[in-house]
Amino acid sequence: MNLRLYLWQRGTAALMAPLLLVHLAVIFYATRQGLTAADILARTRGSFAWALFYGAFVAAAAIHASIGLRTILAEWGRLRGRALDAASVAFGALLLILGLRAVAAVVLP
Amino acid sequence: MIALSAHRRSLLWAAALLHRASGLALAAFLPLHFLVLGLAIRGEAQLEDFLRWTDAPLVKLAEGVLVFLAAAHLLGGLRLLLVENVSWRSGQTRLAALGIGTAMGLAFLFLVRVL
Amino acid sequence: MSSSAAPDLSVSLWRGGTDGAYQTYAVPARANQTVLDVVTYVQRHLDPTLSYRFACRVGMCGSCAMTVNGRPRWTCRTHVTKVAKGGKLKIGPLANLPVIKDLAADLRPFFEKWQGAKGVFAPSKTRHDPIEEIRPDTPARQAADAGVECINCAVCYAACDTVRWNDDYLGPAALNRAWTLVNDERDAGNRDRLGTVAAAGGCHSCHSHQTCQEHCPQGLNPTLAIAGLKRATVQAYLKGEIKG
Repeated sequence: MNLRLYLWQRGTAALMAPLLLVHLAVIFYATRQGLTAADILARTRGSFAWALFYGAFVAAAAIHASIGLRTILAEWGRLRGRALDAASVAFGALLLILGLRAVAAVVLP
Repeated sequence: MIALSAHRRSLLWAAALLHRASGLALAAFLPLHFLVLGLAIRGEAQLEDFLRWTDAPLVKLAEGVLVFLAAAHLLGGLRLLLVENVSWRSGQTRLAALGIGTAMGLAFLFLVRVL
Repeated sequence: MSSSAAPDLSVSLWRGGTDGAYQTYAVPARANQTVLDVVTYVQRHLDPTLSYRFACRVGMCGSCAMTVNGRPRWTCRTHVTKVAKGGKLKIGPLANLPVIKDLAADLRPFFEKWQGAKGVFAPSKTRHDPIEEIRPDTPARQAADAGVECINCAVCYAACDTVRWNDDYLGPAALNRAWTLVNDERDAGNRDRLGTVAAAGGCHSCHSHQTCQEHCPQGLNPTLAIAGLKRATVQAYLKGEIKG
């Protein structure tokens, strides 16, 4: 890993630490209350705050996970050069697209 | 070849392995997680069907494992940020053990509440 | 000798190159015996073709490190009683390095990375300048002092899993040396040095397993040094002094 990848990975980590704490709290709350799909969507649809929260979470997770995967592929998969870059960028793009689609599905009115 | 064994018996090494394994597991889980939430695009009935499926005890148990993995990765990552960015503190082994224990406790709490 | 109470040690030594194998020898157990003594006994009395490396025998030169029962150690300061379980010793060359022959590992990659991390002092003055006064109590000098006792034994390098998994990684000893020089106020090579250790394979490859700290026979903490480099490189990058 070089300095720029390091900064992106640790930066997104620091950003996600509070986000993940809130997300865990949401999980505990939603399962405790036994929320139905209708309950959940009633809270999230049209909510700018949830859109921003989970939009940022998805973007940070996509960056963080693709760099982490890149390191693992290099160290344990012995991948190098262009194959390594392509694999990690592809995974990051997959997470970003699926994630933003999921956020849109839950927050768009 | 020359095989080493001793260094992997350290708790800090196990914590690093757990950090990597939990990161990999979460990365593998996320696309599925996102696909399921994407069901809501086709109406809430589909999402509701899925949520009812997750009421099964075995699925809840898997969710408890996910809570553990997320919490362990979070706390392990915070310890790493501490090592890298704050002046050195001894007792990292104890801190790592505390993080893993807390993650286990959280997952247990989750399971107690939903099962 | 054979009439004494202690039974012989069963000592397996690596023989040959990379594709070698362990061969077992019986070595008389003695009081206050180091692992290096055992290896020397085999060479002097059982097989003079055994190759191994040592020089000072008192823990100063860093030449005699080997893999002892699955763990890299300085053999001249390791007592047999401390490591031989059931009178058994398994001794091989250092891991993470090519094998020259028997117990002698090829340390060239280790020292090439030492150079690669710009672990060489870059003078800021000439012989014509007056001698600079260095205060021993500044934080920078204390940080330099903490890392300067490295004896280049490569025990940390052999123990490090990140070295094992990442061929480009400079390793704990070289980066510890770089951090020592970063804190040496007489050194003039820091911009270059920080730029080098910030590249791929540099300090940011470290996962903070702390294996180096755990194994260092000198009690140094290379993980701490590498964390210092991570911070220093980030600061230099944000100030635009080095490129990412």
